[in-house]
Amino acid sequence: MPAAAAQQTRSHSPGSFNSGQVRAAEDPAIVARGKTLYGINCQACHGVDLRGGDIGGPNLLRSQAALSDQHGEMIVPIIQGARQAQGMPNIGLNNEDADAVAAYVRSVIGTIGSQGKPPGEEKALNIVVGNTDHGSAYFAAHCSTCHSATEDLKGIASRFPEPKALQARWLTGGTLIEDGPATKATVEVTTSPGQTTSGALVHVDEFLVTLRMSDGTERSYRRNGAIPRVVVHNPLQKHRDMLPTYTDENIHDVTAYLVTLK
Amino acid sequence: MKIRQALPFASLLLLSAFSFGQGGGVSPEDLLKPLAKSWPTYNGDYTGKRYSALTAVNRQTVKNLGLAWSSQLTPGDESTPPGPGPRGRRPPVNLTVGGEGPGNMNIRSGSIKGSVLAVDGTLYVTMPDNAWAVDARDGHPLWHYFWKTKGGTHIGNRGFGMWNGYLYMETPDDYLVSLDAKTGKERWHRMIADVDQGYFATPAPIVIGNHVLVGVGNDIDSPGFLQSYDAETGELQWKFYTVPMEKSDPGADTWKTLDAARHGGAQTWITGAYDPATHLYIFGTGNPTPAYTTGGRGDLDNLFTCSLIALNVDTGKMAWYFQTSPHDMHDYDSAQTPVLFDGMFKGKMRKLVATAARNGYYFTLDRVTGEHLVTSKYGLTTNWTKGLTPAGGPQRDPGKDAIIAGSLSSPNSSGTINWEPVAFSPVTGLLYTYEADTFSLLYLTDPDPRGSMGLGGKEEVQVGSVGSYLTAIDYKTGQARWRHRFYSDHFGGGGLLATAGGLVFTGDGSGSLAAYDAANGKALWNTRIGQVSNAPQTFELDGHQYIICASGDTLWSFILH
Repeated sequence: MPAAAAQQTRSHSPGSFNSGQVRAAEDPAIVARGKTLYGINCQACHGVDLRGGDIGGPNLLRSQAALSDQHGEMIVPIIQGARQAQGMPNIGLNNEDADAVAAYVRSVIGTIGSQGKPPGEEKALNIVVGNTDHGSAYFAAHCSTCHSATEDLKGIASRFPEPKALQARWLTGGTLIEDGPATKATVEVTTSPGQTTSGALVHVDEFLVTLRMSDGTERSYRRNGAIPRVVVHNPLQKHRDMLPTYTDENIHDVTAYLVTLK
Repeated sequence: MKIRQALPFASLLLLSAFSFGQGGGVSPEDLLKPLAKSWPTYNGDYTGKRYSALTAVNRQTVKNLGLAWSSQLTPGDESTPPGPGPRGRRPPVNLTVGGEGPGNMNIRSGSIKGSVLAVDGTLYVTMPDNAWAVDARDGHPLWHYFWKTKGGTHIGNRGFGMWNGYLYMETPDDYLVSLDAKTGKERWHRMIADVDQGYFATPAPIVIGNHVLVGVGNDIDSPGFLQSYDAETGELQWKFYTVPMEKSDPGADTWKTLDAARHGGAQTWITGAYDPATHLYIFGTGNPTPAYTTGGRGDLDNLFTCSLIALNVDTGKMAWYFQTSPHDMHDYDSAQTPVLFDGMFKGKMRKLVATAARNGYYFTLDRVTGEHLVTSKYGLTTNWTKGLTPAGGPQRDPGKDAIIAGSLSSPNSSGTINWEPVAFSPVTGLLYTYEADTFSLLYLTDPDPRGSMGLGGKEEVQVGSVGSYLTAIDYKTGQARWRHRFYSDHFGGGGLLATAGGLVFTGDGSGSLAAYDAANGKALWNTRIGQVSNAPQTFELDGHQYIICASGDTLWSFILH
């Protein structure tokens, strides 16, 4: 295909796994015909999803020939017997039918997700596999100093009905209530003995600390080693500190327990 | 284009008259020397140490380091003003347009995430699809090259390689482009991979003799390779596949099927190091694909993914390998630049190579033979292993693979370090690296026994960090001599620089470029310029030691005042 024509067909593109990559749009009628022909001639070996079949046909969605194919020049000869030595039989389709199959393969390749994610919707999987009793015991031992199933966590499984979201939320210790003050860090800055300013933490690094005082004004200090003295109180620190201590079993058990707090 | 000037204007005028067109670029012999006054190749010199012998900026003087100039670079073809604001009145820059794309993808955002070459008073700077020559004395652009892209992942560009008066860059749509350094005019371009197969190209080419070594990236189940092109003509000299392509190839028995091997990844997306004495080019390879599922990969090592590989640069034949992540299941590429140095080890002087891998493990090897000497876990919370393999690599714990109910693994898929160049000081004997001790929940979402594809088949939920550090590792033991904690949860910046002035430079992850004492990690200096997006560099010009770095689209230059 001349370069100009190739550019034209590529001017409106389906999404692509290679960000910024533009793939050619296909004629829907030819794709539909190709899909039917694929079902009859190819599916048994290469799978209904083109990702390879039970009797050994390879995944076509990552085939270098299929990925490079622009208008059948790579795929059609293979359908017509060019790779018999490698075990791919001659399917015996004429040029028009083989072209249609190639267009169908290209159209499915065009639906591959970011970074090579396979096309199609993923089935929902149940992630709640833990032991509720063990989770309750773990909670009593490790979480109950700050949290209670009948107070702050009451109904948490209703607030986070999706178990994956709940699992991530209790691990990170994000806000349970929109803008809840209990999760905001505060800071005390002591410039000289008895001279302490405190407020909400706006920014801290080793060279600068900024805080917001109760009247809403901000104050910043240059930090030089231990001067001024800066003490940050982060109510979520404990959640961070605990990350290295969990086993996956602990996590799944606690989640299994928390999903019961509806 | 925005220039802030700190030097007197008259001196700028005087200097500008001599600022360009001097010198003959970088000869292959120049590249054999240790890093000195210029910065002629990706890592400064072939060793990958990023250790400068310059000492004007040192522990005592660094407090006087201040702005020389900064310069904002605007990617694109310059045909129309790039959005709102007064930037439409940019001074005209000598623009060259190349590329085989249709010209309808004018990607106007860009960030400097690579190394700047500093040669003959000129800085050579790249972003994806874009390159500039910039006057090193005041930051004004001398020419701009723009490449019309066909597409491909525009995640970053790591910079130029240089051979005499010619420059070499890779493009996201998989071309090697050679420019004339004086004019920015294109000499030739060569297609190095097929963008339709998912390849994209970010690395800085490295020039060795008349070889221009070129790596690639790819996320969708394609074989990795490294290629060598003739610096003069652009002809392909050799091509080395990093996974077995035939049944008889080395490593083929570490894959369940040849089809899996041929789609097995091991991309070559970071520039390596070179040992002139042995003619060995030593580089790291990326993750296996599919990354998070075993499928057709089987349960074996999947060579030569996540490995250090030593190639004879003249033949492209492998001399040795060492796998730093056998059978990776976490997208822990091991593509990081290794560091070459000579040092005492158990009472003997040894020729060594070291790498701090993305998977939380540090390694010291003999660089001539590949003999394994040291393995250590430097990621304080790294948890995906159970012990070591007989070869000295980390032994994967299958329980920490992505599972349906979620496994809590550390580090997250970005790693303890990612692409960012490390540094090594022969004075302290310490390798300086980032260390991000992060956690992710890894859910298997595609339990298909055939395996998933690319980086798909999983959902990663990042659940926090317990610390991010500048970590100094003793090469003899692999143990951290000290850790300096960043206030950020993420990497400090885009890499590290060590100097004979006893300093380590890096972004601090909180909006500063900072200098630390190389002996103990104490912070000595900072300047608040935003998130630093590349590794700081240094060079000497007109008797000044310059420290340069980038934050996004802006280049910053500092000298002593």
